[in-house]
Amino acid sequence: MDDLLRDFLTESAENLAKLDNDLVELEQRPNELSLLNSVFRTIHTIKGTCGFIGLSRLEGVAHAAENVLDGMRAGRIAVTSDVLDDVLAAVDSIKAILAHVEQTEQEPEGDDAALVTRLERWLDGSPHAAAAVPADAAPVAAPETVEPVDLVPVAPANAMPAAPTPVMDEGSAEVRGPSLDSTLRVSVELLDRLMNLVGELALDRNQLTQLAATRETSEFAKPIQHLNRVTTDLLEAVLKTRMQPIGNAWTKLPRLIRDLSHASGKRIDLVMQGAETELDRQVLQAIQDPLTHMLRNSADHGIESTARRREAGKSETGTIRLSARHEGGHVVVDIADDGAGIAVDRVRQKAVERGLVRADAADALSDAQILRFIFEPGFSTAEKVTNVSGRGVGMDVVRSNIEAIGGTVELSTVLGKGTTVRIKIPLTLAIISALLVGAAGETFAVPQIGVVELVRIAEEHRELIETVHGARFLRLRDLLLPLVDLSALLRLPEGDPPASRSVVVCQVGEARFGLVVDEVFDTQEVVVKPVGRLVKHLTAYAGCTITGDGRVIMILDAGGIAALAGVTDRKAGDESATRAETSRDDSNAATESVLLFDAGMGALQAVPLSLVARLEEIPARALEQADGRTLVQYRGALIPVIGANPACEMHAIDPRPVIVFSDRNRTMGLAVDAIRDIVDVRLTIERRGDRPGVLGVAVIAERATEVIDTHWFLRQAYGDWFASSEHGGADAQAPRVLLVDDSRFFLGLLAPMLRAAGYAVTTSLDGKDAIARVVRGETFDLVLSDIDMQAVDGFELARALRAQPSTARVPLIALTARTSAEDRAKGLAAGFDRYLTKLDRDAVLTTIQQLLASDSVAA
Amino acid sequence: MHAPVARLDAAPAATEFVTFRLADQWLGIPVLLVQEVLSSQRLAKVPVAPEAVAGFLNLRGQIVTALDLRVTLELPPRSSDASQMNVVVQHDGELFAFIVDDVGDVVTVAPTDVEPPPTTLDARWRSVAQGIIRRDAGLLVVVRVGALLAVDQPGPG
Repeated sequence: MDDLLRDFLTESAENLAKLDNDLVELEQRPNELSLLNSVFRTIHTIKGTCGFIGLSRLEGVAHAAENVLDGMRAGRIAVTSDVLDDVLAAVDSIKAILAHVEQTEQEPEGDDAALVTRLERWLDGSPHAAAAVPADAAPVAAPETVEPVDLVPVAPANAMPAAPTPVMDEGSAEVRGPSLDSTLRVSVELLDRLMNLVGELALDRNQLTQLAATRETSEFAKPIQHLNRVTTDLLEAVLKTRMQPIGNAWTKLPRLIRDLSHASGKRIDLVMQGAETELDRQVLQAIQDPLTHMLRNSADHGIESTARRREAGKSETGTIRLSARHEGGHVVVDIADDGAGIAVDRVRQKAVERGLVRADAADALSDAQILRFIFEPGFSTAEKVTNVSGRGVGMDVVRSNIEAIGGTVELSTVLGKGTTVRIKIPLTLAIISALLVGAAGETFAVPQIGVVELVRIAEEHRELIETVHGARFLRLRDLLLPLVDLSALLRLPEGDPPASRSVVVCQVGEARFGLVVDEVFDTQEVVVKPVGRLVKHLTAYAGCTITGDGRVIMILDAGGIAALAGVTDRKAGDESATRAETSRDDSNAATESVLLFDAGMGALQAVPLSLVARLEEIPARALEQADGRTLVQYRGALIPVIGANPACEMHAIDPRPVIVFSDRNRTMGLAVDAIRDIVDVRLTIERRGDRPGVLGVAVIAERATEVIDTHWFLRQAYGDWFASSEHGGADAQAPRVLLVDDSRFFLGLLAPMLRAAGYAVTTSLDGKDAIARVVRGETFDLVLSDIDMQAVDGFELARALRAQPSTARVPLIALTARTSAEDRAKGLAAGFDRYLTKLDRDAVLTTIQQLLASDSVAA
Repeated sequence: MHAPVARLDAAPAATEFVTFRLADQWLGIPVLLVQEVLSSQRLAKVPVAPEAVAGFLNLRGQIVTALDLRVTLELPPRSSDASQMNVVVQHDGELFAFIVDDVGDVVTVAPTDVEPPPTTLDARWRSVAQGIIRRDAGLLVVVRVGALLAVDQPGPG
């Protein structure tokens, strides 16, 4: 309830309780002016206040009653029971309305016309009136008479002999609600102590429960069961005492915005929603500063000046919407402004200037990725430094504060429309939902907030785990998930390998990794206890907790573990140059996992992991020579093995590392000297390869690395591979295909394949260029396009092409990593005929064939 | 809950010492620093913690960091079946349990009987020793709790 309204109700309740009494007394002693004044002032105050807070029905009744009382005070109306009846009726009506307001914060439906008419009758038509007063003059006259009346010394009302009546009791009971203290202040220390004590009680309860469970028949069973229930309720109740509405952290914000708008000459409305959303006081304290900071940013840099807003055709008053809501054990707070938004290009430019990312890499990053730079230390896009804040100044602090309490923060913006910052924070820090896992016989708790999913890997599915150069990865759907072995990371003693292991898929910021554990037990609400100072520096832990049976277990910190294992680059020293390359982003699939290997060629060589079927180590004796070729028995078939290095001596290394490729039911092995690593990079082929089998050279981990052409090797292995058009020469009759992809790598991969299949291929690096070609008059029989591209994406391109007469009916194929049904639907809606997963070459070639065939039939 | 604990770490004015044994050596801590003595407790291991940290123990709902003083004082590890005791001390508002081989009597010593540690004492021991007390039963080394807690803290990990 609004504070103002609450105060009004409390005050009115006190006054009205007295009013009945006063009126009754007045009836008995009609000449007691002090009583009359007291009654008049009470009604007058109610009328004044309710008009102010917009209770119009109440105001109407009070106003009519006030006029009558004023007439009595002036001697125009005699104080009689008749007139007091009507005043009392008005008082009853006021009380009834107030009671309703207290419950619903709204006036009840209804009409007081009859009552008001009855009261007004006394003003003009009453035979008791000493002088007729025009009815319409009364409202004007009333306020004028207020001032002198207040100067009249009045005896305190309680000096009158009280005449208790049932009416008063009933009346006060009806309206007293808010005036009673229903809350009291308790020190936080006391609450913390309660929390600790309840925690101990819960432990004792657990031990008792276990003891009782060991006895066959126990007379303790029933009381213990009851104790159990009561303890649980108590724990919940104590936890609740620590909860506070988030509005408590917002109280200073309206004033802040008022002052900011005043200082800057802007007009800003602050709309607050969900102030009643409750969260733990510890969390509340932790978010107070970040919230204030972000709000400042929104007001200072988000909302434009009045003049600018007018030019932009927006309302002159900007709005900042602060909202909070519960969402599955978390509180989500949005700070949304309808201001200018953030120019992503400006951020991109700044990120390059600051050396956070290389220029070429920056161009390749998606807007969402670029916006994350705002949360980097020392990043500010504020064109001028104002005395309030620069957007971005301290945003790194905001992020680290939020992340410190296990929350996340993300920013989205639409240029010209506004910016929204979303904070997601846990409800409480004292109790978290945690997944209990076992590794090497020890139990650990993993906070649920970071857990995305659980994957159980039975022994027979071990092959889903790839081991490369000591690093292990799990193929999980389309994702290659780096694995972190908890036992190894924590250097736990090795026991017997379990029959199956589980992978807890964790999300930390943008990085996702799998934590390999032996067992997954269950989810529990655990009380987080801080660890002592001797182990505080260990980033692997977020704290510890005591389980039901009194054991202490460590709570793992997913972020710390990721950093320790090197899954995220947060702890890396010089990270600026490689940041863009190492950042993972599943939503945009901007990076590519690349397998690095050494084939004794001087430089390292690389192949996209998505093209790799398996990694094998094959004993030299298993490599058979036949017909000048090397073959190996592989899963029941004989597959050819070719050296990545033409000078490769097959038997020189035993066992021989072999990379297995599969394509179109053909499988081959590529013999290499050593597998080096798997890295996530944004693969950009910098120059063409200067010898066969090499697609080009890319800079990976700061080193020039040759990216091999798996197709070339497949052709070497299978002479008949694409035999029909070995050189890919397209004649004049060849169907013309436009291939659009902002990845040079994919262009390099797909274009030769399409040419080999007999198509005349034109490549284009972005949607804009593709549209320009069509507009210029280039004609194509089919268009293949990536979806995720800078500037003009695949969806837009499809719509644009459909709008062009020359391409309105040309088959369009989307090639993308986005495979959700939703994206598929969106793609088809945009005008694509087919929606294919990248790298499914079979599907690509057959689909092209089909579409072109049906097209020629139709034509 | 606990009696006020005087900070005697720096001032050797205490006259009562809780004595405990590590291998053949008896050591003492001012009695006012000791909160309680516990028999062997179940410890929760804290992987990758400094070596001296033997684990955490649950003392009525409070987390106590247990330190094996044999590790701290570079003594050979005790045999697996050897008995051990926990001396729980409070230091800077935090509870620690020193794991020792045995706990002896509380001895009362006049301040003047506490002598500075001899320079011939092993460097590791000298860094924690506040003084020594000559007794009929042998030397009693008075140790500084703060120094015992100065465990090497390697970088995050």
